[in-house]
Parts: sequence; C-alpha cells; structure tokens
Amino acid sequence: MKKIHSLAEFSRFQKTWSARKNGDPTVVVSSGTCGHARGSEDVIIAFEKVLSRRGKRPQFDFKVTGCHGFCEVEPIVRIEPRGIFYQRVTPADVEEIISETIGEGKIVDRLLFRDPVTGEKCLHGKDIPFYRKQKLLISGNNMRINPAHIEDYLALGGYTALAKVLKGVKPERLIDEVKKAGLRGRGGGGFFAWKKWESCRNAHGKIKYVICNADEGDPGAYMDRSLLEGNPHSILEGMIIGAYAIGVSEGYIYVRREYPLAIQNVETAIEQARRLGLLGKDILGTGFSFDVKIAIGGGAFVCGESTALMSSIEGKRGEPRAKYVHTVEKGLWNRPSNLNNVETWANVPLIINKGAKWYSRIGTAGSKGTKIFSLVGKIQNTGLVEVPMGITLREIIFDIGGGIPDGKKFKAVQTGGPSGGCLPESLLDLPVDFDRLSEVGSMMGSGGMIVMDETTCMVDIAKYFLNFLLDESCGMCFPCREGLDQLLTIVTAITVGKGKPEDLQLLQEIGGMMKDASLCALGRTAPNPLLSTMRYFQDEYEAHILKKKCPAGVCKALICYEIWKDKCAGCAACAKLCPEKAISGAKNRPHEIDLAKCIKCGICKDTCKYGAIQVI
Amino acid sequence: MMKREEIMLEKIFKKYKLQKSALVQILQDIQAEYGYLPEDVLRQVSQKMKIPLIEVFGVATFYKSLSLIPRGRHHIQVCTGTACHVRGAKRVLEEFERDLCTCAGQTTEDQEFSLETVNCVGACALGPMVIVDGGKYHGHMTATKVKPCIRKITSKEAE
Repeated sequence: MKKIHSLAEFSRFQKTWSARKNGDPTVVVSSGTCGHARGSEDVIIAFEKVLSRRGKRPQFDFKVTGCHGFCEVEPIVRIEPRGIFYQRVTPADVEEIISETIGEGKIVDRLLFRDPVTGEKCLHGKDIPFYRKQKLLISGNNMRINPAHIEDYLALGGYTALAKVLKGVKPERLIDEVKKAGLRGRGGGGFFAWKKWESCRNAHGKIKYVICNADEGDPGAYMDRSLLEGNPHSILEGMIIGAYAIGVSEGYIYVRREYPLAIQNVETAIEQARRLGLLGKDILGTGFSFDVKIAIGGGAFVCGESTALMSSIEGKRGEPRAKYVHTVEKGLWNRPSNLNNVETWANVPLIINKGAKWYSRIGTAGSKGTKIFSLVGKIQNTGLVEVPMGITLREIIFDIGGGIPDGKKFKAVQTGGPSGGCLPESLLDLPVDFDRLSEVGSMMGSGGMIVMDETTCMVDIAKYFLNFLLDESCGMCFPCREGLDQLLTIVTAITVGKGKPEDLQLLQEIGGMMKDASLCALGRTAPNPLLSTMRYFQDEYEAHILKKKCPAGVCKALICYEIWKDKCAGCAACAKLCPEKAISGAKNRPHEIDLAKCIKCGICKDTCKYGAIQVI
Repeated sequence: MMKREEIMLEKIFKKYKLQKSALVQILQDIQAEYGYLPEDVLRQVSQKMKIPLIEVFGVATFYKSLSLIPRGRHHIQVCTGTACHVRGAKRVLEEFERDLCTCAGQTTEDQEFSLETVNCVGACALGPMVIVDGGKYHGHMTATKVKPCIRKITSKEAE
C-alpha cells in the first residue's frame, strides 16, 4: 500500500474498498482475549488447515476478528452474509461447518444458541436476547473487522470522518459539534469532552499533547481492551480528529501491560496508518501533522488517574498531584495535555460522520450516546453490552444478561469499579446515566457491572475493595493512605466477629474525611464501595456485628461446615479430598466433620453430589 | 557470562537512547530478560542514566509488573478481579498458598513456582481464572481443581 498524498486520492482509495463486494460466504471467527482463553486459536488453526488443503472443497473467505461481546459462548463463528451464529465451536466442528453450512447451505443444529428461558433456537446473532436490546454503535464493527487489516476499517467508512474534517472544518466548529453532541468522558468522571478540548486549545504553549487513557484498571471491566483489540483504528481516527481540533502534533496511548494482544493490535494499526499517510507529517497532503506513540503501563491502578498517568509516561513513579492547575494547561512535561478515555475517542468519528443532531437523540437529557458495560459476576450471559444511556439496570441484568444463574436470587450490582458502589434490588429500575448513578452513591465509572447473588457477602465485598485500594494507593497523601488502612482494620474486625456497634459511625466519619481531604480521585472515591454497602445492606453489617453471623456464608470466622445426616450417602468422596483429613465415618454411613481440624476450605461442599454439606 | 549480560544491557540502553522518560520501559525490558531486577543491574541503570539510585529503586518498587525477587520456573497468576472474587477466587488462591507452602507474591523455596495475584485479566466470563506461565488459561477454577492443576504442571515437566 502506498502513501496517500491528497484528500481526493484518499476518497478514491476509500471508495475502492467500500465498493468491494464478495460473492463467497465468509467465515468469521471471534478471537479476543476471552476467545483465546476458550480456545479460539485452535478453531482458527482448524479452519486454516482446510483452507490450505488442495483439491475439491467449498469456496469461502475467512476472517479473524476481535471480541463479539458474548464471552459466555465463545468461541463464536459467524457465517456471513447469512448472519448464522454458531457458539461454543470446537476444532472438531470445523469440518462439519464447512461441508454442511458452506457447502450445502444447511444449519448445524447443535451449534446454535438456545434461549435458556424459552428454549428456542436462535439462527442469527440478532435473534439472541443478549443482542436484541443492545445498540452496537461503537463495538459493532468489532464483528466485521480484522484488526490487523486497515482495509477492513476503510471498507466500513473508516477515516472518512477524518477526511471530512481535514477538508476544511474549522477547529472551533469541530469543538462546537462535539459540544452539541453532548459527548461526556467515558472513563469515569463524565466530564464534557468539548470543555477539555476547548481549554486545551486555548491554553498557552507551542507543544501540546493528546493522550488516550487505555490503562483500564477497574477489576471486572474490559470494554476498552475489546475496542483496542478489535477496532484500534476507530480510536486512532478519534485521536487524530481531536488533535486537529485542539491543535496538537503529538499523542500518546497509555496501555496497561496486562493487555498484550491490545498492545500488539494498536502497534500494527499505528504502523499501517503511518504507511498510508493517515498519521505522521502532512496527513493526506493537508499540511496537518500528528503522530502517536505507545506507552506501556507497569501495573498500577492509580495510573488511570490523569496526573499519575502523565507522570508515568515521563518515566517516574505514577503519583498523582493536586490539580490546582488542570492538566489541560500543565500536564505532560508541564505542557497543555488533553486526556480522554478509549471509548470517548472511539465516539468521535461517529459524531462527525452522523452529525451531532443524530448523536444527541440517543440517550438521556444529560448523558448522550451509548455506553459499553462489562456485565460479569453472577450472571447468566457474561459479556460486553453496548446500550443507549437511560436504559434501566433491570433491562441490562435480566433482559440482556438473562438474570442470575442456578436459580439464585439477585442481591446487588456493583458499578464504577473501586470508585463506585453497590446498588440493591430496589434501585433496579434506575435509568443508567452519569448523573442518576452519582445521585444514589455509585458512579458510571469506566463501565464495569458486577452482579452479585445471595451467596455474596456485602461486608466481604467492602473488605475486598478496601484491600484492593490500600494495595493500589500510592501512599502520597495522608487521608487516603491512613484512612484506607483504618477502614480496612475495622471492616476486617467485623468480618471475624470482633465488630462493635459503634464501628459503623466511625466508618462513616473516616469515609467522609477521605472524601473531603484526599489528593486525587482515587482517595476521594475510595470509601464509596464501603459507604454504599453500609447504606443499602445495613442488615448484613448488623448480622456480622450483633449476631456474629455471615448470612451469605462467606466470612470464614463466622461460619461452620456441617454434614446433614439424612442427605449423606456415605460415599466418602469428601473425606478423600479433605486436605486436613477432618471428615470421617463408616462406609455407606453418614460422615462427620471434626470442627477442630476443619479449615473451612469448602472443598467438601464443592465435591458433594448429594448437597449434604451445608454452611451454617 | 558477564559479557553477555553487559551486551544485553547496552542493547536496551541503546534502544531507548538513555532518555530519562524511558526508565519504566527500560526496567520492564530488563525484567523481561532476567525475570526480575537484580540489584547490581539497578546500580548500573542508575549510573548509566544519571538518575539517583533511590529514584530508580522508587520506580522499581512502585509498579506491580516489576519485581526485586527472582521468579520461579513456573509462574502462577490467580486473577482476583471483582468478577473472579465473587465467584470464589479467594478460596482458589488460599488453596494454592497451602499446596505450594508459599504466599501470594512469593516464590517457593525450591524456586519451582511463583504465586501472584493479578487485578483482572478481562476474561471475566471464565472466572475464577488462573494463568500459568503467562499464557495457559485455566477458567472456572475451584479449590478442588488446584491440586490437579499443580500436578499437571509438574508432570509435564517430567516428560
């Protein structure tokens, strides 16, 4: 592929790709990180083996794409253009798919998705309840693009937004368009993108930077990874447009080290964009220059905070600083820097292509567009879901997510990662947008949505987040460092049965102090998971403190394992596996647990086929 | 032996042109070569890059991916992200700790295994997730599956 020197040349080039039609059926295999973990690579090898075979075989095209969102049923194989959706495909199924579906046009019945509620089989992806309520504006192209081929992105109208902008849209008008669209930052805070862009444009300084925050540190959130892996050019295009609007010639993408496939795909994308003249000096012959570098994180949660991230790019410890002066004025190397999240950047080309008017029709009054959530935890359909803002939590969890598995009861949903909160069943009809979630003590965050059922202990969840945050706190400011330590000490005491009634008041006070006095957003939002669980699940705290019981059966110090004699068949399966040899009994007779020896590892309960072992 | 190490270090320094902003990347490259950050190498980094040793040490201890202790021959990572946690990752971790007689973040005495926790690898559908030697994913882990998992690693070795 040769470098393109003018906008006219680009337009011709892009059209040749978008006009290209293929008569042969295409086999599409999803292969993001969760696909890999489920064995998509073996499926790909099996297809490639058939492709390399000489002799008579059905003709088909083959495409490997990023994540299709429905992680629960990976590896997914789609047969286009018919849109047939095969799930949980193994290498053993490949020959049959090729001979039956490609060759004969028949459906391989056992690979279709079956709706667990109605029992109906779904032939197409769009028939599956998981996809039905979604609005795949940003993540939809993941299913159509091989991230290593820039042609695939161009064929779907890629970089036309950039060409449109470079044709002569004034930067001020561009910022105005983003303002009219109402685009808010998808990384957590929900700050208006146009405000940052405008302040950075107006800031003094010759050298400025745009940065893409791809340090997706929230545990249980991975939508940015999926975009970086599946459609890296959409992020690059957004960044180039942003750079043009702000007047910047240098950019960084800060990716976390835990995402090797994302790093690889972004590197390839940058290389290809440079080769075509979409990045670098004199982009498409318009005189505008912009280039991007990748910085790789070292595994520190706090580096998702803007000032800490910039300090990390500078090669220092990722410690945040107080923002008396905003980063749009003094950021990276003390120069004006505009930082947006991966998903925010990916929204930009869409706004330019479809127009602010169209975009602002989606969503609620204060929050426009769609948001990608990672729906995980105790949920039937785990995966990434892209929904319009304003959809209710109930619709996401029950209609799209299929509810709670194993007939258990819903207890809470955690949004916003370690900075967010846990919401109870009574708030399930809450419309999801930036402001409504903040009102009830949680936040949108980057989009993690962790569902919990009756076997999840809310005090333990609070302890989990405090532990996480104490570990990840950089330790620079006193309220965060010492506050978290004290909160964790008190909550740990509650989980081992040493809690006192007055502890709850003390936790509130320390949490309030941290909210007021911490240096950065990590510390200011750190008490949220604790305070929200205290607000909505007070009865559980009281059970731990007053009755010394853990209702969910999680906190080890407050539970015992017991064998129900009438259910035990005496098969001795548990006794064999018990690491402490704490279970004994005669053959075919009910067994018993020696509580003095029992370490409450729970292996016996997992092993028992008769459900005879109970937690009390 | 020493020579080879020196050549390697030179190569890393050259790649980043001794830029101070590349310190994190340089340490990560060294970590990738050695499996950890040996003290004498950190001293060399400090001298070569004209960055005070305390600053190099500060960076080396700040980031989770950098380690001052040598890693074992096998690297076990237990994901303790929220989704894995609610599905029982803690019990899986405790079972690894007990079976290997070590703690998270440590290496076994015989240098065979390093046990580590990781804050979400984004494979939440398969949680609780354990990753062996950086690439082998073991999904839907339970405490019961820990012993067979360790046995599998050691038996592959024997072959």
